Amino acid sequence: MSLETQISDLRAEITAAIEAAETEQSLDAVRVAALGKKGSVSALLATLGTMAPEDRKTAGPAINGLKNEIAGLIEARGSELRDKALEARLAAETVDVTLPLQPAPTARGRIHPISQVMDEIAAIFSDMGFSIAEGPDIETDYFNFTALNFPEGHPAREMHDTFFLKPGADGERKLLRTHTSPVQVRVMQKTNNPPTAGYITPPIDPPIRVVMPGRTYRNDSDQTHTPMFHQVEGLVIDKSSHIGQLRWVLEEFLKAYFEIPDVTLRFRPSFFPFTEPSMEVDVQCDRSGGEVKIGQGSDWLEILGCGMVHPNVIANAGLDPDVYQGFAWGMGIDRIAMLKYGMPDLRAFFDADQRWLDHYGFRPFDLPTLFAGLSS
Amino acid sequence: MKFTLDWLKEHLDTTASADEIGAALTMIGLELEEIEDQGKAFSEFVVAHVVSAEQHPNADKLKVCKVDAGSGEILDVVCGAPNARTGMKSVFAFPGTYIPGKDITIGKGVIRGQVSNGMLCSAMELGLGNDHDGIIDLPADAPTGQRYSDYAGLKGVTFDISITPNRGDCTGVHGIARDLAAFGIGSLKTTDMSPVPSTGTSPFAPLPHQFAPGEDKTIRKFAGRYIRGVRNGPSPAWLQRRLRAVGLRPINAIVDITNLVSLGWGRPLHAYDAARIVGQPVLRNARPGEELDALDNRTYPLDETMTVIADDVGPLCLGGIMGGERSGVVEETVDVFMECASWDPQLVARTGRKTGIVSDARYRLERSVDPALTEPGLELATRLVLELCGGEPLEPVVSGEDTPPAVVIDFPFSEVERLTGLRIAADEIEAILSRLGFAVEGAGFTRKVTVPSWRPDVTQKADLVEEVMRMVGVDKVPVDPLPRLHHVAPRMLTTIQNRRRVARRALAARGLDEAVTWSFIPHEEAVRFGGGAESLQLANAIASDMTDMRPSLLPGLLAAARRNAHRGRADIGLFEVGQVFLSDAPEGQHTHASGLRTGTARLTGAGRHWQGDAKQVGVFDAKADLAAALDALGVGIDKLQLVAEPAAWSHPGRGGRVQLGPKIIVGWFGELHPAWSEAMDIDFPVAAFEIDLDALPEPRKKPTRSKGALDISPLMPVKRDFAFLVDRSASAASILRAARGADKTLIEDVTIFDIFEGAHVGEGKKSVAIEVTLQPRDRTLTDEEIEKVSGAVVAAVVKTTGGALRG
Repeated sequence: MSLETQISDLRAEITAAIEAAETEQSLDAVRVAALGKKGSVSALLATLGTMAPEDRKTAGPAINGLKNEIAGLIEARGSELRDKALEARLAAETVDVTLPLQPAPTARGRIHPISQVMDEIAAIFSDMGFSIAEGPDIETDYFNFTALNFPEGHPAREMHDTFFLKPGADGERKLLRTHTSPVQVRVMQKTNNPPTAGYITPPIDPPIRVVMPGRTYRNDSDQTHTPMFHQVEGLVIDKSSHIGQLRWVLEEFLKAYFEIPDVTLRFRPSFFPFTEPSMEVDVQCDRSGGEVKIGQGSDWLEILGCGMVHPNVIANAGLDPDVYQGFAWGMGIDRIAMLKYGMPDLRAFFDADQRWLDHYGFRPFDLPTLFAGLSS
Repeated sequence: MKFTLDWLKEHLDTTASADEIGAALTMIGLELEEIEDQGKAFSEFVVAHVVSAEQHPNADKLKVCKVDAGSGEILDVVCGAPNARTGMKSVFAFPGTYIPGKDITIGKGVIRGQVSNGMLCSAMELGLGNDHDGIIDLPADAPTGQRYSDYAGLKGVTFDISITPNRGDCTGVHGIARDLAAFGIGSLKTTDMSPVPSTGTSPFAPLPHQFAPGEDKTIRKFAGRYIRGVRNGPSPAWLQRRLRAVGLRPINAIVDITNLVSLGWGRPLHAYDAARIVGQPVLRNARPGEELDALDNRTYPLDETMTVIADDVGPLCLGGIMGGERSGVVEETVDVFMECASWDPQLVARTGRKTGIVSDARYRLERSVDPALTEPGLELATRLVLELCGGEPLEPVVSGEDTPPAVVIDFPFSEVERLTGLRIAADEIEAILSRLGFAVEGAGFTRKVTVPSWRPDVTQKADLVEEVMRMVGVDKVPVDPLPRLHHVAPRMLTTIQNRRRVARRALAARGLDEAVTWSFIPHEEAVRFGGGAESLQLANAIASDMTDMRPSLLPGLLAAARRNAHRGRADIGLFEVGQVFLSDAPEGQHTHASGLRTGTARLTGAGRHWQGDAKQVGVFDAKADLAAALDALGVGIDKLQLVAEPAAWSHPGRGGRVQLGPKIIVGWFGELHPAWSEAMDIDFPVAAFEIDLDALPEPRKKPTRSKGALDISPLMPVKRDFAFLVDRSASAASILRAARGADKTLIEDVTIFDIFEGAHVGEGKKSVAIEVTLQPRDRTLTDEEIEKVSGAVVAAVVKTTGGALRG
């Protein structure tokens, strides 16, 4: 048999074997049978050593050509088989990605609207240089009324529907604060020094700029009144602040809080024992759509009370009312939350119905800031 | 306070429209609550003839009436009024009419099987008073089909304004008119209050004030007048109409006059039937055990703090509050004793609170009534009685003193600008004050301003500023920015304030919903959670389940969880960050961050799921929430002591406590005690935690925020595993602490990766497998060094636990 016939037979045989190999393993067996030490092509190469030099000149390239050709075919078939194997694996590993997940914890947990609104209020007033002051919920008659210029027996006292605690061992009758205003007194008053608990804001020397959010209590209950509610109070004391600046602070606050470009306020003279002059403030609104829209329309909605801090209150705190002056305001946190976010019933705020919390609550990372926006 | 435009015009000469007046009232601080055109409001009610009234076949208390309302047909109307009867005239509302007293629009209906085409109305249903004993009973000559508003003269505009408690002077139409006049809406009319000549001496002497020294005395000055021989009876139509329009029921002419003066001039009066006064009336405080059968048909017990007008028999009238039935004026009254007195507002308020009587007299007198009006008011009343009822006025009898000191305020006009920012010329300020009745004297910078007798609420400069400002209009005050700080705003929140905020966000991020629950809880729950002290109980709770200040947030959260479970939501997570009350002192108020998970509400999700069903919540879910919150607050749980001494509410073997030391307890976690679950009617698993935010230490103030150099080794860490057989009671914490302490430089971490109990490890024993990570610092460790550390780990754990290394 001539060498050429030998080579072509061998090529045909090996090529067929390569094509028949369906796995990398069987392909490797073909490689060993052809190109391994004892393989058919290797055996043929070994014959070169016994050949005459002239024969070797032609036979060498021919046999080496076969070797390289076979090696190339095996490589190509190997690559083909690997691709197929990968494809098969990928097909086998395919899953239904539409299967639903358990919701992430951050998708389930919600912040109560009252906390969110308190954070919104803090964000806005921090920009105007205010800090947050606090006092206790259980107060004395002195801080809740007397120091705030409520005369003993005055109808204004009775209008507060005060909750009283049973008298203690010392016979003193404490009460649940009916407003956050006692904190004003604590902030201004030197005799409060030092506070007996870490959370109580120590007295501040003027200039004072504080906001005072917190729980308040009145013996009253219907759709818009609950025996416990939340108020936020503001206080500015220095040597020059007046009603013109009070108007500016309230306008700026309400614009920022309701996230509207403009707001019209109506100031009505009113009466609070601890401010003089006193005013109630109505905000322009539109009630036509069944939902209250702040900053539009031609209706008015009472939203807060305010005034210049009463000289008696300043004097009660140990400051000279002819030197120090300033203003204070207060509003319901729950109420402005209802106005901004549209909850119809105040009582539901305190029911902890999971459906309500999930609907009206806020995501844990909805952090109200001025740099990123109050609400998303 | 309600009044009509007609009534206002008797005190104010004005051409202003009702709307202009309404707007002005609000702008000067007499807030308009409602303005109503009665003609319009009642235009749809008609006079109707009840042709017949028969018993309803299916209802004892109802009648079926045939009603002729002038519409040309006879209508069937079902009526529940006891006084509905054949032949009467009453007031009828056709279907579609709005019923103001009920806030409904009446429709056609079928009532117990009988068709009803409208409604026969009571005065209360029309919003015209409190009379709801039956439908309005009109005289027989009332023309059927006529508009009731035309028939009854109900027309014109009614204002309803809210009066702030400082403005006693505006509890009468005259005071309102004075404010409006000062604002520029017309001019104030005056009333003739000059003395009416007497025709004889009074049978009564001036009423003696019989009070012991130092006794609380509500009366200041009493003026009374005996008017003999009046012809009492129904008051004239104009007066009845006027009273009805503001919601008062006409009684008789004399009583109606007292109401007219009370509402018109803010000057309450009281009229006695003089014939029923036995002996000489006196002023004294009530005696223990005395009672008053009052004009509201109720009997009130009196006490010795309450001043009464009494005769030989006993109290006739509770001073400043309400008269008594015994001497009340009736249509047959012939001799009247008219009272106009000045009372101490605070003591009137106290008596009012004690008795709970709400009357027009109390409303005015506790807000203060112009003391200069005591005798003039009596003259006015006398004049009106003579005009309407005739009679002979005898000498007035006056006793007591009421001349309050004149209040004169040194008022620098610059105060207006100082407090408001509003610049107003001096003569304008002076003009405003004068129009309001203040006398301004002097010239120059500071003037002397004398306060009129009807404004006891004005005592100092700021009060005068308010008077000026409200007359100018607050809207005239220029808006002026509050100066900005000249530096970046400092930190706004204190540590505790920020911790509350962070705790909320951290717990919400773990899938818990934030609840806000009541600060007061049922007494039983307060006691159960370690509270319930008397000093933390409300003396006047609004409801029996809101009586005690909460000692813990868990009762409120558990109640909320129970409510949710009853709504079919038994797998929920809730938390609250809020105050608890350990005593009634300020320092007894702490802020807790507490939460709970119920059912299968675990961090990774609740309920059944294709990736694996959620297991019931347990102690480690609560521990994980607590640890996550503490970590967010900057206090790693591994820096705190964790002891197996759970709270009382916790399963004793499935709960724990974290603390800084035995005295400073930071928090508790655990599964709810089965006995507590049963007592609180909770039939689902609960894992809960509490953190006392006030117990956490304030972060140390550091001179620098530098975090220190990062020390990382280039060498590979080495890990070694050990398994120990220890007593079941040996705590994981003690094993970890012992292993970590075996070599503080090389051992970087120790974790527990396996733990099991069972017969094959022996009764009362458990196997605990730990992985120790060694971190070489400067060179690779030799086998001998690793062996040495391993030996130290084994020795330390064995020594601490008394256990043994498993082979």
